[in-house]
Amino acid sequence: MRKQNLWRHAVLITVTVFALVPILFVVSAALNPLGTLNSAELLPTGASLDNARKLFADPDHDFKRWFFNSVFISLFSSAASVLIGLCAAYAFSRMRFKGRRAGLLWVLVTQMFPQFLAIVTIFIIFTRITELYPSIGFDTPWGLMLLYLGGALGVNTYLMKGFLDTVPKEIDESATVDGATHAQIFWRIIVPLVTPVLAVTTLLAFISTMNEFLMANIFLRDDASKTLAVGMFGMLGPDSRDTNFGMFAVGTLITAVPTVGIFLWLQRYIVSGLTMGAVKG
Amino acid sequence: MRSGFVITRVLVLGVAAAALLYAVPPLVKTGAWVALAVLALATAGLTYLYLTKRHVPAKYLVPGTVFLLVFQIFPVLYTFTVAFTNFGDGHRGSKVDAARAIERESLVEIPGAPDYALTVATDSSGKVVFLLVDRETKRVQVGTEEGLSDLDGAEISLTGKVIEAKGYEPIPAGERDAEVQALAVPTNRGAIKSSGLSRAIEFEANRKYDLACDCITDKVSGERWVADETKGYFVNAKGDNLIQGWRVNVGFANFTRVVTDPNISGHFATVFVWNFAFAALSVLLTFALGMLVALTLHGGRLRGTPIYRILLVLPYAMPAFAMLLVWRDMFNADFGLLNRLLGTHINWLGSPTGARFGLLLVNLWLGFPYMFLVTTGALQAIPRELGEASRIDGATAWQNFRRVTLPLLLVPLSPLLIASFAFNFNNFNIVRFVTNGGPYPVDNNLVGKTDLLITYTYRLAFEGGSGQFGFAAALSTFIFAIVATISAIAFRRTRAQEEIFS
Repeated sequence: MRKQNLWRHAVLITVTVFALVPILFVVSAALNPLGTLNSAELLPTGASLDNARKLFADPDHDFKRWFFNSVFISLFSSAASVLIGLCAAYAFSRMRFKGRRAGLLWVLVTQMFPQFLAIVTIFIIFTRITELYPSIGFDTPWGLMLLYLGGALGVNTYLMKGFLDTVPKEIDESATVDGATHAQIFWRIIVPLVTPVLAVTTLLAFISTMNEFLMANIFLRDDASKTLAVGMFGMLGPDSRDTNFGMFAVGTLITAVPTVGIFLWLQRYIVSGLTMGAVKG
Repeated sequence: MRSGFVITRVLVLGVAAAALLYAVPPLVKTGAWVALAVLALATAGLTYLYLTKRHVPAKYLVPGTVFLLVFQIFPVLYTFTVAFTNFGDGHRGSKVDAARAIERESLVEIPGAPDYALTVATDSSGKVVFLLVDRETKRVQVGTEEGLSDLDGAEISLTGKVIEAKGYEPIPAGERDAEVQALAVPTNRGAIKSSGLSRAIEFEANRKYDLACDCITDKVSGERWVADETKGYFVNAKGDNLIQGWRVNVGFANFTRVVTDPNISGHFATVFVWNFAFAALSVLLTFALGMLVALTLHGGRLRGTPIYRILLVLPYAMPAFAMLLVWRDMFNADFGLLNRLLGTHINWLGSPTGARFGLLLVNLWLGFPYMFLVTTGALQAIPRELGEASRIDGATAWQNFRRVTLPLLLVPLSPLLIASFAFNFNNFNIVRFVTNGGPYPVDNNLVGKTDLLITYTYRLAFEGGSGQFGFAAALSTFIFAIVATISAIAFRRTRAQEEIFS
């Protein structure tokens, strides 16, 4: 038994090292007083906050603005898309109607068509929208959020539908007998019961929105409207890859802070929330 | 309950009214009647749906469906139609736009035309206008986008500059330069444009569009370019065309080009093979490693399990776009960490094999924590007794895994694996950030050795000034078909469907 445990530790330590090397490198580069890629080692060689100071003072890169844009867009669109998805999941799980099976299949099929295959078209559509309604057009967070909501009915809807299926129907049936409307059941009974899966799907949506580059890159051309993904990509241009690396590393760590924080906070929900849905399919 | 009913209805009507107030005026202004009709119908439909007590499921499904229709289904369908046109750089607008652009391009100074002293000014609305003083007659005129008009009572300096004029505010020379450069005041013969800071000259279009012959004629050389509606170009007798064209339908030309153009079809096949391998291997590797870790942690009580869990999930919590760039720079030949740790000087991403291996490694790092999480969850749903029972029956650990655990895992995880395949098949970010498609062969800078179909299409449509939207749309359609077919086959082969509809 002991020998077996030794093996298991060996496997886990190897994989953990693999998982941690790049992160350690980022931490070390962020603390590196020279701030260049060339001088960044795997283990920290110093503990300097110069890179952080440089990042926030840099007139070319409005990091604070990008951070705000990213968090704003990600929070809003993930919350909205989870709400929209939960509404659909509620209908799919609790109601029987014509086209339910077809609808479920459609949700899956559209998953196979990533939104950005239609990027040319979206570009054309939004060129027109920008002419008509500048406030939801290019260079605005609202237009990008609307676009992201197009993907609201997706994998997350599936996770939530699976989770809802595990909530006994008797609960809402008895509420119906007591005279509750469908809206009351949804808001007062279903939403509180599925909080774990709501937390997890919001987190997943938040992460994927924070990381979204392609749409944002076409959409946000004005420097002040950029998100972290678009802005930080520009930070490591062909001539500035070496010199800006320390700043970039600090930016990476700061970007990870909200996500890691939520992650640790929701740790107990993550496995149950994510997999309950998955297990039920 | 009664008040809840009223509040919801008032809210719905309020939102509908606000949306209409916002959306209608620009549509009326531009005369977009079809869009207006669609908008009116949609608003009426939505208002009815949320005011009636019937159609309860639709109330919950419609919000997501509307966004899905507008931003996914409609763009997909529109992509199909763009694929049948030559839309792209040089073919953006209508024929009228193209003719106008050609005329604008061919402006030349009119010999002997009046010479104007130019003062740039702004009018009451802040728009840039020209105040023009004819150097000989001292006549003062205002030039706007609409044309010329006389201006009385202006005070003029010795050099011909306007110092003061009623209703106009002169601005210093050199300010708002872009607008000054762009302003062309239309005249009978051509247009007046600025030439330097204090001079304006009347120009004339050398090439003119003639509706009668549907052609462009060059005044000087007398050459003629006739409109060719199949190509969307003005073509001369020799078959050469002017650069500016317009958008026309080209039928299946874009699709046949994928197959017949040797420059494309050869690449398409190799890109496709690599693309498929990348997606399949990514899923396989991430799932294998994630499952290995999950099984190792699942086997029983082990010291430090919570710590392992947190550390192993960390890559998933880091911002992926930034970590992709970090990985790229770790592979860097000159400054990269890998070379410095190993004391080598290898251009890791410089060879096709190295770059491909690198991409798979990076994707493994990014993807295994997710697989670890979902496998852990799925494992918890498998009763432990099953494993014990098969062990009593004499099964080895491997047999137990192969015959009991894995099949049971695959039932709930298959949909996720297929979704992961579809995602990786179009994993734009990783290629774009880590290799940008490279390394490129010496003789070809359009298709790199690690390009996926999606990055290749993106480059065609948006980069390097090529702007071939129509062709990119045709390629997109091909990608659709491929991903959908593969996924459909995969779904059919799993029992996923039965599980889903339970």
